[in-house]
Amino acid sequence: MICADAIPNVKPKQQRLILAVVALIAVIGAGLLATLALRDQAAYFFTPAEAKAATITPGEEVRLGGVVERGSIERQTDGLTIAFRLTDGTAVVPVRYTGIVPDLFAEGSGAVADGRFRADGTFVADRILAKHDERYMAPQMDHIPLNAGDTVVEGDAA
Amino acid sequence: MHRFANPTRFLSIARPLTPALLGIGLAAILWGCYAGLAIVPPEARQGDSARILYIHVPAAWLGMGGWMALAIAGLVQLVWRHPLAGVSARAIAVPGALFTAICLATGSIWGKPTWGTWWEWDGRMTSMLVLLFLYLGFIAFVNQGEERAAISRAAAIYAVVGAINIPIINRSVVWWNSLHQPASITTGGSAIEPELLWPLGFTVLGFSLLFGAFVLMRMRAILADAKVEARLRRLAAEG
Repeated sequence: MICADAIPNVKPKQQRLILAVVALIAVIGAGLLATLALRDQAAYFFTPAEAKAATITPGEEVRLGGVVERGSIERQTDGLTIAFRLTDGTAVVPVRYTGIVPDLFAEGSGAVADGRFRADGTFVADRILAKHDERYMAPQMDHIPLNAGDTVVEGDAA
Repeated sequence: MHRFANPTRFLSIARPLTPALLGIGLAAILWGCYAGLAIVPPEARQGDSARILYIHVPAAWLGMGGWMALAIAGLVQLVWRHPLAGVSARAIAVPGALFTAICLATGSIWGKPTWGTWWEWDGRMTSMLVLLFLYLGFIAFVNQGEERAAISRAAAIYAVVGAINIPIINRSVVWWNSLHQPASITTGGSAIEPELLWPLGFTVLGFSLLFGAFVLMRMRAILADAKVEARLRRLAAEG
């Protein structure tokens, strides 16, 4: 702590202000550096492109997130297993999952899958979460891109 | 007790302001919640569960805004040593923690039907949970000593340094892949359609006024508490 009389002609109040501002800048800088360093570790999921670049060994537990490619959901004959493709616009990963998906899981919408890659590059998920985007829309027909409707029809048809 | 000369002036403003904030705030909350629950249509994809946003968004704003106010109070305490800085910091901490908890709880309730999970350790949720712990730490910090109104220099520094978490919460959905969606309302406009958006204005305003009323009530209580303490001490000294 700087004493009040360390610098002549400067009021103690101003000294404290200068000290506080300098300390604040240092703390913000440290915080920014820390979060930047965390960038990769703190990510909640890999996108398909990141997963390909990261060379993940088959069988390793990973979380994959992306958009469910339109027209890619196929329901298998057992009625519970689905196959679909997750994409981030650059890379595409085929995913298989057996179980119940959240209501908002739909083609053209975001989804997150927990699971592992098989040797053939297929991702076998043991849990699927739906991601919601930032858009909130009123339910008029002219607003809806009809994602939700598409999957319901497909599910019934399978 | 020259330190309470200024608080006296504060009290003369706070006394009539408290019921005004409380009344207008509650009216805005009631109307906003009624509109959000009964007037606006269900959201196109989420259905009725989207209505929780009319509570979740104000709670998130007040949890984060509360800490910014706490940090400013800490800075004022450190630099200008204003007698009301510590009082306001103490007063902000509890409602701030409350709204942060409401934000986490409503988010979790919404997350189950929407995402399919109550809780995930993604950047937004984790950093918001850290904010709740920061509040609880601050409350424990300022309540451990003898002091009733002012806060220690260490507590003030804690409040200022803790503010680093606020931009992290805000940017968490941009910096890291996260389950939580990016901001719906930005300076570039709103991704919530006007038809669904308007009750949010009422609840954000209403809860903000309610927060202000809580802070004023707590500040008055803390000042009264300190006054009682001082009088008792003086009586004890006079014997």
